[in-house]
Amino acid sequence: MSKAPIPIIDIRNVSKQFEMQGQRIDALRDANLRINKGEFVCLIGASGCGKSTLLRIVAGFETPTRGDALMWDVPIPGPGPQRGMVFQDYGLFPWLTVRGNIAFGPKSRGRSTAEVRDTVERFISLVGLQKFADAYPHQLSGGMKQRVAIARVLANDAEVVLMDEPFGALDAMTRDRLQDELLDIWQRTGLTVLFVTHSIEEAIFLADRIVVMSPGPGRIDSEMEISLPRPRDVVASDFNDIRRELSLRLHSHHGRKAA
Amino acid sequence: MSSSLDTVSNITPSRTEVERSPSRIAPIWTKLRGLVLAILFPIAMLIIWHLLTYGRKYSLIPSPTDVALSLYDLAFGGINDDAYSQSLMTHLLASVSRVYGGFAIAAIAAVPLGLMIGRIPLIRSLLDPTLQIMRPVPVTAWLPLSMIMFGLGPRSAFFLVCLGAFYPILVNTIFGVRSVDPRLFEAASMLGCQGPAQFFRVVLPASLPAIFTGLRLGLGFAWVVIVVGEMTGVQTGLGAIIMEARQLSRTEIIISGMIIIGVAGFLSDRMVMWLGKSLLRWSPNFV
Repeated sequence: MSKAPIPIIDIRNVSKQFEMQGQRIDALRDANLRINKGEFVCLIGASGCGKSTLLRIVAGFETPTRGDALMWDVPIPGPGPQRGMVFQDYGLFPWLTVRGNIAFGPKSRGRSTAEVRDTVERFISLVGLQKFADAYPHQLSGGMKQRVAIARVLANDAEVVLMDEPFGALDAMTRDRLQDELLDIWQRTGLTVLFVTHSIEEAIFLADRIVVMSPGPGRIDSEMEISLPRPRDVVASDFNDIRRELSLRLHSHHGRKAA
Repeated sequence: MSSSLDTVSNITPSRTEVERSPSRIAPIWTKLRGLVLAILFPIAMLIIWHLLTYGRKYSLIPSPTDVALSLYDLAFGGINDDAYSQSLMTHLLASVSRVYGGFAIAAIAAVPLGLMIGRIPLIRSLLDPTLQIMRPVPVTAWLPLSMIMFGLGPRSAFFLVCLGAFYPILVNTIFGVRSVDPRLFEAASMLGCQGPAQFFRVVLPASLPAIFTGLRLGLGFAWVVIVVGEMTGVQTGLGAIIMEARQLSRTEIIISGMIIIGVAGFLSDRMVMWLGKSLLRWSPNFV
């Protein structure tokens, strides 16, 4: 991280409006965000703050109503393998085994059979699912499903991994373990991660930088660099200082004082 | 990292094993119990039937014994030695070929049509309203028209059976295609599978369980309409002998035909279910 930052994702004055029951809703207004290569950025905010909308714009699932969403200075044309998405509800293909799910991307892109096989085995062991390689998604626990979802994105050579509250549906212990594993993978691969969460603690534990968003209309409120050394101690006093500061920023939008 | 994963890997399978292991005799008894309970009701019905018809020489409804003898005679002959003796295989094969033939034609037409109606808005707007209006028309209502269009004989029978199987397959295929989780399209497109390629890699596999349910219902309907289908003046078939026996007041033949249709339909449904279970192991609905 000591090298000069190279911007990979550039969000310029992006606004997004949705039409809902004849009413226009500002999901996102004038968002500006630059994400550097190899950076771990968390988007945090209450529901309706546009954090998922922003993520989906970067993924290419939504197009901005105004403004530009760029990757490597080129407008994002639509969903594609460079920007892999990990959904909260996994989005695994139920008719494919763990192996099949991970092979889906490389196969779609016309890789040779031998190449696909090697890639699949490599990423199955990266997420530690060797014993479950031939299991179907409905036979897996939530944590294992999310490992498959991460592996299939990495197996497809994603440069940016977009994660939409990926651990939100998991129990606390599984969530902690997956956070550790995700950081481990991120540090080893040099991926860029854009991670949406509503957990302050999760954001501080994971991120290089936290982007605080606020609702009505959804917009970027402020940013905060987290320079605590990793692995981070969630009960350390400097961790708590950041937690309090973020809590204040988040709750100020509700007109409510933080405790 | 690997040590923590090992614990995860070990938890899930061992937990299910504990739940399954309490007794090895239990599953056998559960199976037997099911069988005993399933047989209890028909036996009771047989006894009531026997008591109501026993010793009445001129009853219009034959006793279970008469029906059993007639079934035996239909299959092996040697009791009545009339036109029906030993004719079971001929009639059964004729009906089976019509049921499966009509069903196959229905499936070949309905599955692709359902996929297109479910997936392509233009085709849906073009065909769906008409099909929705034609669907409630019973197969029996088509009988006269079918005999005019296809003539007396097996072609009409095929058409009617095919019609009976067509709509359940079509409706379930459309439902299957339309209820594919939109998330899967997003997942496929961010993995590099876009446009028409999604049809074979997402739509088709995702809707297979629903298509399969449609095929199962369609085959069931094919058996249901076989009697109507064979009212079209064909000489052979289970429906044909039922209609003929009706004119001759041979009620025991009618009941024999009903029993054979029931059993054949049941076995064919079991076959489809077994096929579904082995092909759709991935789907929680078929395990």
